[in-house]
Amino acid sequence: MHLAYPAVLAVLLFCVGLYGVLARRNAILVLMSVELMLNAVNLNLVAFDVWLRDTLHSGQALTLFTIAIAAAEIGIGLAIVLAVYRNRGTSAVDDLRDTAERPDDGGDGDGVGPEGAAAEEPDEPAPGASQKAEATA
Amino acid sequence: MNLPIAADAPQGFLSPTGIEIAFVLVGLVTLGAAVITVTTRQLVHAALWLVVALGGLAVEYLLLTAEFIAWVQVLIYVGSVVVLLLFGLMLTRAPIGRSPDADSGNRPVALAVALAAAGALVWVVVDAFRTQWIELDKPQGTTDVTGSILFRHWVLPFEALSVLLLAALVGAIVLSRKSKDEPDANGRQNRNGPKTPAAQKAPKDQKAPKAPNDQTGQTDQTDQTEGTR
Repeated sequence: MHLAYPAVLAVLLFCVGLYGVLARRNAILVLMSVELMLNAVNLNLVAFDVWLRDTLHSGQALTLFTIAIAAAEIGIGLAIVLAVYRNRGTSAVDDLRDTAERPDDGGDGDGVGPEGAAAEEPDEPAPGASQKAEATA
Repeated sequence: MNLPIAADAPQGFLSPTGIEIAFVLVGLVTLGAAVITVTTRQLVHAALWLVVALGGLAVEYLLLTAEFIAWVQVLIYVGSVVVLLLFGLMLTRAPIGRSPDADSGNRPVALAVALAAAGALVWVVVDAFRTQWIELDKPQGTTDVTGSILFRHWVLPFEALSVLLLAALVGAIVLSRKSKDEPDANGRQNRNGPKTPAAQKAPKDQKAPKAPNDQTGQTDQTDQTEGTR
């Protein structure tokens, strides 16, 4: 089999996932698109591993690791999405603009935004990392 | 080492082998399912088309003789990740029918970026690898080979990965449970918390019938999130 077939398929799948990440509004659909991109990388890894006939089979081992990491990522990502939905009542990524830099304070310089966000955080009691993640998400 | 083989063997694009034809056909199905996944306006249908795309990729792994990866793909992705995504869609009360705001406003920009990236990458990849040939005479990814490689040469990353999975599990539980002293949306304390204001205000009439509903819904939610994991 030509190596170009799996390589081109992986490229196209990656670009479809890229479009989904950029264009989707629902956070769970964004996570689906991330899964598509990760699968494109997996296909590349397997194809090049079979092509190179690696004695260590690094490509297939890395594919297994990528699948496990993707499973962990989807678990954490869905937990964050659920926490955001519980707090805000929405899972649209367009509505989560609390840490966005407004155009009016953009003239104050770029350093103001992160410093201001860092200065706000110690004001909260912040007993656990979960609350901080929920507040800043 | 593949170059002289690719040079004199009858391996042109005009005489595809059976495996290549199967690969291209399954690849077209996979790509079409992926495109529908990112463009459909029905959110649950997107998850179901994702099953088709991931299953097609499993078939591609089988055609590339990486059978263990294929079955792991079916087990992990089709079996658990998509189910997790469906639970996420249901728990965030995603609309069942067509939702008009599934795509955000920067859709043309996203389309332009994706098309530009696809064009550039396809050009580069085809130009780089069009003469390379994969020999599929001997299976490369049987369970025997993968198991011995994984537990002989990749043991340390494997164990580190298990620690990472444990950390992700604990992190997901911590993220998805409610903290004890955090008041919920109605201003009441949580049922696990100290009974300071909620128990004292309990004789108020409008709060008493509301509490069981809210708490059952809440336990349902936590049970389901933990069950999906």
